[in-house]
Amino acid sequence: MSTAAHDVPAHAAPSLVDRRLPPITEIGALSMIAIAGGVIYLAAYLPRHAPLWFAIVLLGVAAALQVTNVILLSRLSDFAWGRFFQVARWALLAYAIIAGMIEFAFVFDHTRGAQLVVMTTMLALFMLNVPVLIGFTVARYQRAG
Amino acid sequence: MSVAAPATSAPQASTDSPKATIVPVAGLPIVALVLIGVVVAIARDARWGLVFCHVVGGGLWTAIDLFVGFVVGPIIGSMSIPARVEFSKRFMPKMLLIMPTVVTMTLAAGFQLARQDGFLDPSVSQHGWIVASFGVVGVMAVIALAYLEPANVAVLFELAKPEPDGRVIEKLMKRFIYTAGITGLMQVTTLIIMTRLVSG
Repeated sequence: MSTAAHDVPAHAAPSLVDRRLPPITEIGALSMIAIAGGVIYLAAYLPRHAPLWFAIVLLGVAAALQVTNVILLSRLSDFAWGRFFQVARWALLAYAIIAGMIEFAFVFDHTRGAQLVVMTTMLALFMLNVPVLIGFTVARYQRAG
Repeated sequence: MSVAAPATSAPQASTDSPKATIVPVAGLPIVALVLIGVVVAIARDARWGLVFCHVVGGGLWTAIDLFVGFVVGPIIGSMSIPARVEFSKRFMPKMLLIMPTVVTMTLAAGFQLARQDGFLDPSVSQHGWIVASFGVVGVMAVIALAYLEPANVAVLFELAKPEPDGRVIEKLMKRFIYTAGITGLMQVTTLIIMTRLVSG
């Protein structure tokens, strides 16, 4: 590994790499695993209806993890919130389009009732989770203010 | 393999380099066109359109993943630090548009084909392979969306700074290296599953 990478000029501010922040990415990844598990479980049964209890449990776990992330984020001070929201807003637009396409496919395939509600809620969580992860990863290496 | 980019050398290397772009706006109409094409193919249940989207998208996705992971990655690793910065500035914005588009195209069309062919029915013998492919896609989605894409965007923002922090770039680029092996393995698994599916 290049030692030059660690040669910080005397006038430079300390690197943001060493800043300790809550495990937002890891919690978000766990939430995504729960969402992916739920969608795979339901999709594996289509066009028939899967027993919903397992998907609802996974949905609850995913939602709880995302609420945890929101709480952890809200407690951050000295964070580049401007950059976070700038990146998250555009990412949300992109993932809303992708989630919309997936939702369209489910409706087109005659998914209805409680199954559609669970699928849609999972898609909504997916759509909100990714922008938070992208925004956080970008903003954690930006200086606040 | 090192992916360090020292803070001191990056600005010097970029005196006559292009300004770092986050999203290549010129590519957005092409992305829109592709996504509209996929939606039309689904809405019309157009067999050829779905097969085209799935085969072309899937071929590109697998090939790009394997090529970048096992050919381009090691080459970047052996380049000089300023060359890596130059390459990343030009390469990563394009990947930011290409990969999500190709993945969406492949998965949306593939799911419809599975439905048309009855592979989603649990009583069909190939159903297990379809569920396995869902699992493989799930693993790749978590890696790509939770780790790779955020790191990709963060590197671009770092490169856009007047004085990029080499340690930040090094840390973020390591994610690509650590996950390349997993993604490559998943792509090989996908090839096995898909060839088994079409072989009956």
